[in-house]
Amino acid sequence: MVFAVVLAGGMGSRMGNSDTPKQFLILGKSPIIIHTVEKFYVNSKFEKVIVLCPKQWVSHTENIIKKSIKDEKIVVLEGGNTRNDTLYNALNYIEQNHGIDDETIIVTHDAVRPFVTHRIIEENIEAAKKYGACDTVIPATDTIVESKDGETISSIPNRAELFQGQTPQSFKANKLKNLYESLTQDEKDKLTDACKIFSIKGEPVHLVQGEVFNMKITYPFDLRVAQTMIEGAITND
Amino acid sequence: MISAVYQLTAPRMIEVTYNELDISSGDVLVRPIYLAICKADQRYYQGTRSQAALKSKLPMALIHECVAQVVFDPKGEFNPGDRVIAIPNTPTKNDDIIAENYRPSSYFRSSGHNGFLQDYVLMPHDRLVKIQDDINPCVAAFTELVSVSMHILTRFDEIAHKRRKKIGVWGDGNLGFIMAVLLRYAYPDSQIYVFGTNPDKLSYFTFAQETYDVSDIPSDLSIDHAFECVGGTGAQSAINQIIDHINPEGTVALTGVSENFVAINTRMILEKGLRVYGSSRSGRVDFENSVIFYKKHPNVVKYFENLVGDIVNVRSITDIHKAFDLDVNRRIGKTIMKWEK
Repeated sequence: MVFAVVLAGGMGSRMGNSDTPKQFLILGKSPIIIHTVEKFYVNSKFEKVIVLCPKQWVSHTENIIKKSIKDEKIVVLEGGNTRNDTLYNALNYIEQNHGIDDETIIVTHDAVRPFVTHRIIEENIEAAKKYGACDTVIPATDTIVESKDGETISSIPNRAELFQGQTPQSFKANKLKNLYESLTQDEKDKLTDACKIFSIKGEPVHLVQGEVFNMKITYPFDLRVAQTMIEGAITND
Repeated sequence: MISAVYQLTAPRMIEVTYNELDISSGDVLVRPIYLAICKADQRYYQGTRSQAALKSKLPMALIHECVAQVVFDPKGEFNPGDRVIAIPNTPTKNDDIIAENYRPSSYFRSSGHNGFLQDYVLMPHDRLVKIQDDINPCVAAFTELVSVSMHILTRFDEIAHKRRKKIGVWGDGNLGFIMAVLLRYAYPDSQIYVFGTNPDKLSYFTFAQETYDVSDIPSDLSIDHAFECVGGTGAQSAINQIIDHINPEGTVALTGVSENFVAINTRMILEKGLRVYGSSRSGRVDFENSVIFYKKHPNVVKYFENLVGDIVNVRSITDIHKAFDLDVNRRIGKTIMKWEK
């Protein structure tokens, strides 16, 4: 079975003066989260679409989803304190309600990336089945510099070997759960990314080609760009 | 839901834009899987349409020949994964007499409205025709072109008198090939003659009774009915040649698109009492009949497989350009895009 896990953990602190978490802001005619959830909802490969958000936003999220989609295929759960805790909550839900075996796949995605495409989702499912874990990336276009002290450059990695991470990130649920449970608290505290759970344990993570336009709506600028994109303006890919 | 749309914004320039799709509209959400390039798409892409046409129709997603996969049907009439032919003609008004493809109120994809170069397309149920999975998807992709020939065939059957011993097809391109194959199987007792200008292209018409170079047609050769599948600058000489060789009271189907006015020998049309009729595009019934024809005559699909030219896996806009560039140099056959964008 394949499950979509939509992570709507943002509290919105970065969206200008708005107190509304950014996934609830309107893009075109619908909240961003609806655009995103629909991408997974329409795909028949998903058994459930599990949306995780902060406790105080669970009812609100349920309400806005019900306005657009009346289907028990979508469930809204409370997230955890960190992204990986949130993911762990989703794994627990799946285990308790459907069971987890070696064929259980989870496709995790940011609620604020509504431009994800059919191909990216399909290739995530296939790569997770085949390799156990995958990350959606695009080649880095800016030169990335490393600075250990934040004042001077300590190194400039070869850009050809660098990619920018997007989502979805997809995993065999069993493997993710086992690896996560094997981490020390110190290791857990340092994790900013689910794929890192695999990489710090030496497990391979396959790359899926993303899209430049599979952007994350984080800042007010991003929302303006996204609005312009769906209002008929054009961007190269 | 937001879906990416790949539009031609100017000749040889394709850019991505985004549409909001209302999945609660009741329509069926489909995902194109194989798309075929048509000469009409190529004319937009190369910018060989008039400036006025380009100005009024662009930006626009190209491609009106496509086989798609059903993603989501809120009414459950289709199952996810069903393979369907997407009908580019969309009627907006009913008419008991005039076919949907001749109504001025109908609109057509990749001619002023977005074609199928899109991540997802939302389509009414009656604009989709289910096709069996075992049909080669590259052939399924150009079923729209087959349906155009099927439409011509249906009109022929309604209009032409019953003496159909010798049928001539002028044109050795894709439409001529498809037309001749359909005639061969629809009228197995008829003799199909094909007239063209390219010996190498004519050599593909092995199922025909005979093929002729248009500069070397025996003067005593006569036919009962004819199909002009030439269009362009060659349409005039083809039509006049038909008028010369056709028997009295025969029918002449005009199917080739020409940008120019065509001077034809009306004196002999009158003298022979010919019936000349036009035919353009197709409607749902023609798509349905095409799919039935595939099922009834598996060899037809085999012949059409000979038309499959380059198959381009499309994962980027650069790949779309590659497909159009390969297609523009193709003498016969269809360029297929396997949609992986």
